[in-house]
Amino acid sequence: MTTPPQSFLELRDLRIHFPTEDGLVKSVDGLSFKLDRGKTLGIVGESGSGKSVTSLGILGLHKGGGAKISGEIWLDGEELVTADQDHVRTLRGKKMAMIFQDPLSSMHPYYSVGAQIIEAYRIHHKVSKAVARKHAIDLLGRVGIPQPDKRVDDYPHQFSGGMRQRAMIAMSLSCDPELLIADEPTTALDVTVQAQILDLMTDLQREFNSALIIITHDLGVVAELSDDILVMYGGKCIEYGSAEDIFYRPEHPYTWGLLGSMPRLDREPTERLLPIKGTPPSLINVPSGCAFNPRCTFTDRTEGRSTSEVPELAETEGGHLVRCHMSREERRSIWDNEIKPMMEST
Amino acid sequence: MLRFVVRRLALLVPILLGLSILLFLWVRALPGGPAEALLGERATPEAVERVRRLYGLDRPWYEQYFTWVGNLLRGDLGVSTRTQHPVLEELLRTFPATMELALTAMIFAVGVGIPLGYFAARRHGSWLDHLSVAGSLFGITIPVFFLGYMLKFVFAEKLGILPTDGRQDPLLDVVHPTGFYVLDGLVSGNLEAFADAFQHLILPGIALGTIPLAIVVRITRASVLDVLHEDYVRTAEAKGLKPATIRGRHVLRNAMLPIITIIGLQVGLLLGGAVLTETVFAFPGFGKFIADSIMARDYAVLQGFILFTAVVFVLVNLLVDIAYGLIDPRVRVA
Ligand SMILES: Nc1ncnc2c1ncn2[C@@H]1O[C@H](COP(=O)(O)OP(=O)(O)OP(=O)(O)O)[C@@H](O)[C@H]1O
Ligand SMILES: [Mg+2]
Repeated sequence: MTTPPQSFLELRDLRIHFPTEDGLVKSVDGLSFKLDRGKTLGIVGESGSGKSVTSLGILGLHKGGGAKISGEIWLDGEELVTADQDHVRTLRGKKMAMIFQDPLSSMHPYYSVGAQIIEAYRIHHKVSKAVARKHAIDLLGRVGIPQPDKRVDDYPHQFSGGMRQRAMIAMSLSCDPELLIADEPTTALDVTVQAQILDLMTDLQREFNSALIIITHDLGVVAELSDDILVMYGGKCIEYGSAEDIFYRPEHPYTWGLLGSMPRLDREPTERLLPIKGTPPSLINVPSGCAFNPRCTFTDRTEGRSTSEVPELAETEGGHLVRCHMSREERRSIWDNEIKPMMEST
Repeated sequence: MLRFVVRRLALLVPILLGLSILLFLWVRALPGGPAEALLGERATPEAVERVRRLYGLDRPWYEQYFTWVGNLLRGDLGVSTRTQHPVLEELLRTFPATMELALTAMIFAVGVGIPLGYFAARRHGSWLDHLSVAGSLFGITIPVFFLGYMLKFVFAEKLGILPTDGRQDPLLDVVHPTGFYVLDGLVSGNLEAFADAFQHLILPGIALGTIPLAIVVRITRASVLDVLHEDYVRTAEAKGLKPATIRGRHVLRNAMLPIITIIGLQVGLLLGGAVLTETVFAFPGFGKFIADSIMARDYAVLQGFILFTAVVFVLVNLLVDIAYGLIDPRVRVA
């Protein structure tokens, strides 16, 4: 085993594979990144790119379906992949917590919202129910639930979608986690509520100085919040950099596609600038060479390596990583001369 | 909740009214009648007519029905033409016997079935899982009387460790204040009678409980498998809950609903369906009594007993619905 890293969270070559009847599903295939306290990482990618599996893997919840996991997950100096799973359990909820994708199905239908927050709190704090209840009401108030002392006894089905997401956040925050993973926290919500929820999460992050991972398929969501952005494609990182790198100097054709297909306020929502053609790759029979090659418009500029050779994730400048066969000059010139003008002109 | 119960009980009135009329017509549609059954094949038409007049069977059926309902409301279920005892008395004698038997069967089915189905689901795909699926299929298909005779042959006749038939050793000196023999042994402080009554219940209880057992195993397994994959179970894990707590508080509670429904349906079926078991083990119960009464065209007994079964069935399922409301808050609101 290697030495513990300086960063609060570090993934090294994480792989999570599921053996299935159709073959081995490589949901996460060699993912590495670092994240410090007080920082926010946005993970972006299409449906099925492995975002949820990555976050479940960090929490040690990937077991379902007999997953095979390898690589290293370092959290505050501890390696979690090889750690005793009973110990990892004691970290869940307290040291690291997760806000799940679908708050209705992720909350237990038979217990009141309050009871579920109280349960989460009392796992890690030996306090009476009354004290935990006060804490739950407090939290519900903080996440913006009106009349929290009354709503605490409501059941999840009595909450609206936005309120359920807030309650879910309150539950995740109940033990002041140092790492918070939010898996598409706003997908089901309308735009104003979306903004409120995102603001809420960053406020709370600032307050506790926790590390935050926001997972989304919408670059717009992470644009303002993230310090760093990781673009995932087919279980792999294909571009990683600061938010400025990704928005102002993106170098991967897939990222260009994501930027181009971002919904913008000045356009009809259906009208996308640079739609990414084709469908996400199979995680069982990954396209040979670059996994993005069947959908890439620039394969003719890679001297044929596109289908024969898997590109490395290589640094282009100051921590900005790109997995592409084209040369740095080629990519920059395409971005500056072809893509950027097209996005600005419309 | 109270309003719900009252509403359901009120609903019982039209159900029982309709059922009683159907029942009344059905027993009269059986070929022959109590008089013919009593007097035998060679009875003269005059004798048959005399008996029919004696029991009021010569009057139109709706007149008979109103008389019967009137008496019923006063707590009089009539007199058995076969035994010449009041029907209520027969009911109070045979019902506790079958109730005891049905409860034993149900405790067997639930006590073995829920853990078995649960562990089969937890070890999905293991040999235990396959065994429980195959075993439950076998349990559903095996004829009850065959199983009953096998059990009796092996455990009572060959091994001699359990009694062959009846409810109690006739040589024991016992009193029966409640009619539930196991309970009687306890309340009268006669532990020997208690143990004896209990031993008499084991084999028929297993014979009668095998089909419900197989059904409970299957339902439990299926519903636990469903719940294990629910998102809220993953949320519970993400909170850092201990696996045992998750199973108890989050998985089993949700898997309980379908299980309870099945139990409710089975209890009703067991009351009426105990005939074969009661016959094999010469168990003087309710089902056997009804079967004998059908042979004798004992109208009063059939009407009273079957109507009573319906009431019990409806009440048990009312309890099931109440349990639903207690378990699932979404049902409570609706
Ligand atoms: N237990 C499992 N067994 C087999 N395959 C799985 C399992 N869990 C996830 N996968 C597969 O892994 C891939 C990645 O899934 P994941 O849920 O991480 O996608 P995602 O990026 O979160 O997508 P979305 O935006 O739709 O939430 C999918 O193809 C999925 O089918
Ligand atoms: Mg997901």
